[in-house]
Amino acid sequence: MKCTVCRGPALIDLRRHNANFCAEHLAKFCRDQVERAIHDFDMLEQGARILIAVSGGKDSLALWDILNHLGYDTAGLYVGLGIGEYSDVSGRFVQKFASERGLELLEVDLRSEHGYDIPTAAELTRRSPCSSCGLSKRHLFDRAAIDGGYDALVTGHNLDDEAAVLFGNVMRWQMDYLARQRPVLPERDGLPRKVKPLVRLTERETAAYCVVTGIDYQVDECPMAAGNKHIAYKELLNEMEVASPGTKADFYLSFQRRAVHQLDGTLAEGRESLGTCDSCGAPSPSDICAFCRLKSTTARENR
Amino acid sequence: MAPIGHHGAVLLKLRNPNRTQTVPGPVKVSVLLDRLELNRESVLLIRNGTIVAGDTTLQDDDEVEIRPVISGGAL
Ligand code: SF4
Ligand SMILES: [Zn+2]
Ligand SMILES: [Zn+2]
Repeated sequence: MKCTVCRGPALIDLRRHNANFCAEHLAKFCRDQVERAIHDFDMLEQGARILIAVSGGKDSLALWDILNHLGYDTAGLYVGLGIGEYSDVSGRFVQKFASERGLELLEVDLRSEHGYDIPTAAELTRRSPCSSCGLSKRHLFDRAAIDGGYDALVTGHNLDDEAAVLFGNVMRWQMDYLARQRPVLPERDGLPRKVKPLVRLTERETAAYCVVTGIDYQVDECPMAAGNKHIAYKELLNEMEVASPGTKADFYLSFQRRAVHQLDGTLAEGRESLGTCDSCGAPSPSDICAFCRLKSTTARENR
Repeated sequence: MAPIGHHGAVLLKLRNPNRTQTVPGPVKVSVLLDRLELNRESVLLIRNGTIVAGDTTLQDDDEVEIRPVISGGAL
């Protein structure tokens, strides 16, 4: 198998692009795809100051590396979730990545700064760990992006993530969720601009990018992720992808090109008007935001 | 995990959870994935720190990581 670009030995074949790449040209392909997504969806101004939500996994670290290569002024934010060894190891991958490249890393630790961690929050609220985790991360990332005056908050959602969520939303015709499923959400009411520059890359491609550029990342799964329905959708979509390469990209990108704008009205209607949280000042539809409520529940029960 | 007793076979290192398995070589990567019922979109094979292409033939005594690339958590 030969590299489509240089005819040297190739190490990966990307059927949906009808291409094979060596290490160097795979890295270039990934950077080009991110640049194209940024351009096509008007995601970021050249040289923008951006905050990247980093978890220590392949997607967020690949994204950080690529945006740094493309000349953006980047900082990463890592939230210590307190999920045992999984969190300790994830945090070390992030710290090593940032320090080797001289990049700015911000860290927030849930337990020492906010008095709880995800396993205790899940136990005390009797809700799934991912719901407490998701709302905590959203709150802290949004907050840090606004407080730090960044032009955008950037996340590592890839094509497989977005196609799986789209599949789930279509299966249930969740019109409000469909209306919101966009790679760029503009800044509004104290919430930062949110951008997903990896929507043109699959998980196999971001993982391969990490391997060929020497990025060590957390391969192990979060122990609380068990039974996530999106994994089943991803597997289904990959069955279709093998039978017909390009299916995932077509499903997601055609939705963005042809359908999502039909739902602009739904998006506008669905916007709850946001006031501010009496306790922390964050944008919130209720007097006390979900994050502050979670904090007070865990503080009360922890005593 | 000491790779004891895999001489004369290809040692596969699987993840989530970590475990090992041996298969007789020589075997082509794409054939191995079919035999293990793994989707080519869902894994990368890694040998000595680099990705192994689908048309590569693995030999006895090779040590290969089969790394899943599907992740499940919401960010
Ligand atoms: S799987 Fe759930 S609990 Fe684990 S990091 Fe992701 S959102 Fe948080
Ligand atoms: Zn090449
Ligand atoms: Zn609050």
